[in-house]
Amino acid sequence: MSSPRDVVLGRIRAALKDVPPTEQPKDVYIDRAYLHVDDGDVHKRLELFIDRVRDYKAKVKVVRPEALAAAIVESCAARSVKRLVVPADLPDGWAPPGVELVREPGLTNEQLDQSDGVLTACALGIAQTGTIVLDSGPGQGRRAITLVPDYHLCVIRQDQVVGLVPEAVVKLEAAAAEPSRPITFISGPSATSDIELNRVEGVHGPRTLEVIVVTELDVV
Amino acid sequence: MSREGVPPLPVSAPAMPFQDAARLSLGDTQLRFNMGKATTTIRAKRYKVVDEMPDWQNLREAGRAIKDRTLRHLDKYLIQLEESVTRVGGKVHWAADAEDANRIVAGIVKSHGAKEVVKIKSLTTDEIGLNEALAHQGIKAYETDLAELIIQLADERSSHILVPAIHKSRAEIREIFRRTLENTEHLGDEPKELAAAARAHLRRKFLTVPVAVSGVNFGVADTGTICIVESEGNGRMCLTLPKVLVSVMGIEKLVPTWRDLEVFLQLLPRSSTAERMNPYTSFWTGIAPPGDGPDEFHLILLDDGRSKVLADRNGRQALHCIRCSACLNICPVYERTGGHAYNSVYPGPIGAILTPQLVGVENAGSLPYASSLCGACYEVCPVKINIPEVLLHLRGEVVRHKQATLAGKLSGENIAMQTVARVFASPRRYEAAQKAGRLGQKLMVKGGVIERLPGQLGGWTAVRDVYPIAPQTFREWWKQREKVSNTKTVPRQEARP
Repeated sequence: MSSPRDVVLGRIRAALKDVPPTEQPKDVYIDRAYLHVDDGDVHKRLELFIDRVRDYKAKVKVVRPEALAAAIVESCAARSVKRLVVPADLPDGWAPPGVELVREPGLTNEQLDQSDGVLTACALGIAQTGTIVLDSGPGQGRRAITLVPDYHLCVIRQDQVVGLVPEAVVKLEAAAAEPSRPITFISGPSATSDIELNRVEGVHGPRTLEVIVVTELDVV
Repeated sequence: MSREGVPPLPVSAPAMPFQDAARLSLGDTQLRFNMGKATTTIRAKRYKVVDEMPDWQNLREAGRAIKDRTLRHLDKYLIQLEESVTRVGGKVHWAADAEDANRIVAGIVKSHGAKEVVKIKSLTTDEIGLNEALAHQGIKAYETDLAELIIQLADERSSHILVPAIHKSRAEIREIFRRTLENTEHLGDEPKELAAAARAHLRRKFLTVPVAVSGVNFGVADTGTICIVESEGNGRMCLTLPKVLVSVMGIEKLVPTWRDLEVFLQLLPRSSTAERMNPYTSFWTGIAPPGDGPDEFHLILLDDGRSKVLADRNGRQALHCIRCSACLNICPVYERTGGHAYNSVYPGPIGAILTPQLVGVENAGSLPYASSLCGACYEVCPVKINIPEVLLHLRGEVVRHKQATLAGKLSGENIAMQTVARVFASPRRYEAAQKAGRLGQKLMVKGGVIERLPGQLGGWTAVRDVYPIAPQTFREWWKQREKVSNTKTVPRQEARP
């Protein structure tokens, strides 16, 4: 008896009789005339990013580097966060005083579930779609810590924002090829349109996403 | 292998021809209202987010070409994917049909002594009837997508590939929740409240159930990366909290390289939920790092009729489908009948070309006719599947299939069509038929039109009038013109009073 693998591959090869045996995959031409890079004005790109993130009903704050710590304190106070989950490698100076830090590693799902929020960095942002990308890199922690808490506070630097989706995909290629390095695209808070196609924010993931953009530029 | 005691699979032949099922749906005013409202809303949104893309048509073309390349060399890419996934610590299984796949999943769940699984919404697992097969083995599958949960609690079937409960109003959903979930006696019908009730109900499951089952949006051959596209976060929950992950992937869901995702990650969200990007897209390569998700990953490569579709050079393009549902939302037929009329996991225009190919035209012969051939589905398809072309091709297949049987050969329709073909093949016979028709129609013309034709032709006039054959046909006029001198033009008799 032949294995299911042989059966399936055999059927596929029989189905593809019309493909000449000499044809190579690269012989099937792919016209990639779509846009690959946004080399426009950095100001405009950042404004677009902020606008698109807000469009998902996420909160966005824009601060200068020296004002970041104060902005984190302010955001936590505004949500009355008492227990804040943070990754083990939280950058220096980010921890808000007066808030109990629930620090990785080794937190249980229950601990995450009972926290008031989570603070992380990210890998990059995409202006065109208002997306934040996590790639298991520095300051981001495990996937579960940005998922179970109800509030995600994420910090992004201006130089991490790219224009288009293809730019992000190129930048992430190395991370994707690395085993055990999951990648997550986050575009706004969790949402569903399952009931009469009305968008509702917050189903299973965080109901609130807040992004702090760190830049020297003057943007609104 | 004995099939005894195995529950019947849901993607078998549709139980009822589309036309009969559609008639039933059309009588349901609540359904028509819900469907009309929902599809109108999503069409407008989609138009907006597609319109803002200057390179949309280039992306469509690239998407089509990538899928074409993948399918033409599917065996090579599947072997490459198998190598990649194995290299990064996953285990790859092959399933020739639904039964194979269900058996593999049940075996994995049992090997961990588990009695429950949490599921990410997956059409492929609906197609193979996984939940029923697991139930048969004493394993309970919990759907975690809000709409799938609604459908599961109502004990119904999905009517839309993206929003399975599109046919339900908020009031109906509230009733389902109040009937089936705890602490819902004071539940209102605001979507926000309903979503919160589902969140509370499922959170415990996410935190305790040890095995997750998913479909696959994209599998990347060169890196072995798997991608799931979702909105609610239930997908992320299933991908990160349980210890074991089993993903069932149709063999056509491949892309050759990681870079190819740059095309589909733009096409899919805008075409499906009409968003610039869906809230959550997850990628993983092999098993998760310690404490960050499953330490065991199984990928099941499923054929289940797909190689049959691949063998049809015209119908093959149906395998380009990335399950976005844009063709459903634009379709004037789907909008009015809803999804259940198609009696298939894949409704709407894509279902009309995919289902007959997966289960055989002899088992779903009415579906290729479930269309007005207006072409809107082709225009919105992000991977340029020429659905009308395939519909026509399949209609031909249905007829050829009928003609292969004696009953089909002797059917009135076939004899009539053969006769018409003979008449049209010869000028002499054609003219004779026109003359006979002119005599025959005399009793039927009222006010210059024929409102009703007799017998089987009545189907044509049930919804439209036909004009009668003219008192003088073009051919007759032409002949007469040749008889008189060439200097004089012959006035044509008025055809219609």
